[in-house]
Amino acid sequence: MDQQICSVLENKPLTDSVWRMRLKADTASITAPGQFVNLKLDGLYLRRPISVCDWDEGSVTLIYKIVGKGTEAMSHLWGGQASVDVLLGLGNGYDLTKSGPSPLLIGGGVGVPPMYGLAKKLLAQGKDVTVILGFNTKDEIFCEEEFKALGAKVFVTTVDGSYGVKGFVTDVMKDLSYTYFYTCGPMPMFKAIEKTAVTGGQFSFEERMGCGFGACMGCTCKTKYGNKRICKDGPVLEREEIVW
Amino acid sequence: MVDTKVTLCGITLDNPVIPASGTFGFGQEFHRHYDINILGSFSFKGTTLHPRFGNPTPRIAECPGGMLNAVGLQNPGVDHVIAEELPALRKIFHKPVMANVSGFSVEEYVEVCRRLDQEDGIGWLEVNVSCPNVHGGGMSFGTCPEAAAEVTRAVKAVTTKPVIIKLSPNVTDIVSIAKACEDAGADGVSLINTLLGMRIDLKTRKPVLANTTGGYSGPGVFPVAVRMVYQVSQAVSIPVVGMGGVTTAEDVIEMMLAGATAVEVGAANLVNPYACAMIIEDLPQVMEKYSIDRLNEIIGAAHKAN
Ligand SMILES: Cc1cc2nc3c(=O)[nH]c(=O)nc-3n(C[C@H](O)[C@H](O)[C@H](O)COP(=O)(O)OP(=O)(O)OC[C@H]3O[C@@H](n4cnc5c(N)ncnc54)[C@H](O)[C@@H]3O)c2cc1C
Ligand SMILES: Cc1cc2nc3c(=O)[nH]c(=O)nc-3n(C[C@H](O)[C@H](O)[C@H](O)COP(=O)(O)O)c2cc1C
Ligand code: FES
Repeated sequence: MDQQICSVLENKPLTDSVWRMRLKADTASITAPGQFVNLKLDGLYLRRPISVCDWDEGSVTLIYKIVGKGTEAMSHLWGGQASVDVLLGLGNGYDLTKSGPSPLLIGGGVGVPPMYGLAKKLLAQGKDVTVILGFNTKDEIFCEEEFKALGAKVFVTTVDGSYGVKGFVTDVMKDLSYTYFYTCGPMPMFKAIEKTAVTGGQFSFEERMGCGFGACMGCTCKTKYGNKRICKDGPVLEREEIVW
Repeated sequence: MVDTKVTLCGITLDNPVIPASGTFGFGQEFHRHYDINILGSFSFKGTTLHPRFGNPTPRIAECPGGMLNAVGLQNPGVDHVIAEELPALRKIFHKPVMANVSGFSVEEYVEVCRRLDQEDGIGWLEVNVSCPNVHGGGMSFGTCPEAAAEVTRAVKAVTTKPVIIKLSPNVTDIVSIAKACEDAGADGVSLINTLLGMRIDLKTRKPVLANTTGGYSGPGVFPVAVRMVYQVSQAVSIPVVGMGGVTTAEDVIEMMLAGATAVEVGAANLVNPYACAMIIEDLPQVMEKYSIDRLNEIIGAAHKAN
């Protein structure tokens, strides 16, 4: 973990409610895709956790959905002077060593962003990466082109059928062959994936956080191997340890 | 050079800054970021006889000026603390630590305190009779003078280390409870624990916390804490450890003017992991600004008698 005051390089809407923000940062503390950062916003007490979507040596990219005061405040951070207090390099992130030759990545809604950094790293290792992006409707879709540009095989599903495959991510997943899976998204999607999946995999969880770095016990869940803090021992848990 | 030393129940601290129980774990998360030996001391996570998972999540909620928590005393139990946490702690922290103890019966408090009392490196036992997040336990002892006195007497009978009773603000008269603890032999009192609070989600129309209620802490409770420290410290002759919303070196000084001998810092550590390091760094300058040479001389300076 590392605390920095980061200036905002870019912050713009991708859809009606989803924005992309790029921060200038020393990213040495970010060690794996699936880790997150925690942002201190004016007028709010607790920091807001957001997954690392992508990073390079001098910047980190976040994609966030406006759902309340904190994410709303994030969308007002722009212009030359804008800066934000950030804790970087939080959480364990995905373990890439388990992927096998053809991993499947599944992102649902704002669970899509961490899949981007993960896809990038796995492709760089020469893996045959397939991505399923699940949304409710066409207007909510973001990042499809970015995943394609990386060279991943991309499927998009919409619940209402307005774009791509009509239905849920599992409607595509059930017909694919893959060596391992990685996912981030809402709980109902996780439960469907748990029923459909035929290999091992990793899920990235969300929980309300007091600190984000393991000090307060605010985010604990039970696993088959004992209590784990989502912020420190997670947010990524392995399929076989999860208590559903 | 200003002097930041204070003496708490016979043990001298380099400075009065003590991270509060439940916001500093057993020190490890913070030691990675700064040398925690700069602290006066710290109070480790509330420890019970048996391991506890705590309450279901969500356990945390945002509030104006702070946060609610309903962690519910998640801890690995006293035996694990003695076997694993304390040896690891001794490697990174070389000053007396404050052992925070919770219980659900007088017998449990006695047993946990008795075991921790024998451990090297523990300076004080901070006995939490005030945690608002556990059913049928903690709270009842801290809300009634007789019960608080009973816990105090029982713990004092089996321990040699100074016993500091941690008091709840969720009472009609905190002074009478503090006095009852003093009469029962307490070596000090610490206050305040969190204020009982609640938030409701407008979308779901349900409480945000799975436990329904939780403890409010952070800058919003600071004036309440200052008032209680001021009242209690004038009514008892044992030292008072002040806490509740402390965020800056100025807050530490205000708490000491109110009558605190040492000051604990809680929620601030969670939103700024360097909070205590910054307070300690700022203290000398702020003391100079207010013409304070020795911190121990300002304890209770705001009292009517002064
Ligand atoms: C590890 C992790 C990674 C995340 N990554 C992303 C991401 O990449 N993009 C994205 O859009 N969102 C992400 N989220 C969810 C994001 O943290 C919340 O949407 C955000 O905190 C909401 O804040 P708010 O003030 O706008 O909403 P409010 O509802 O006003 O927030 C009130 C409180 O609840 C907390 N809270 C609300 N929703 C959530 C939630 N889903 N998870 C955890 N805490 C919550 C807030 O942090 C705040 O403390 C992530 C959450 C976690 C735990
Ligand atoms: C997440 C959290 C966990 C806590 N756990 C404990 C505990 O185990 N034992 C205890 O005596 N107090 C506990 N407290 C209370 C604090 O030690 C302190 O009394 C209170 O938070 C007020 O200080 P603050 O406003 O600086 O946070 C906890 C507080 C928080 C925020
Ligand atoms: S949020 Fe504090 S321990 Fe996870």
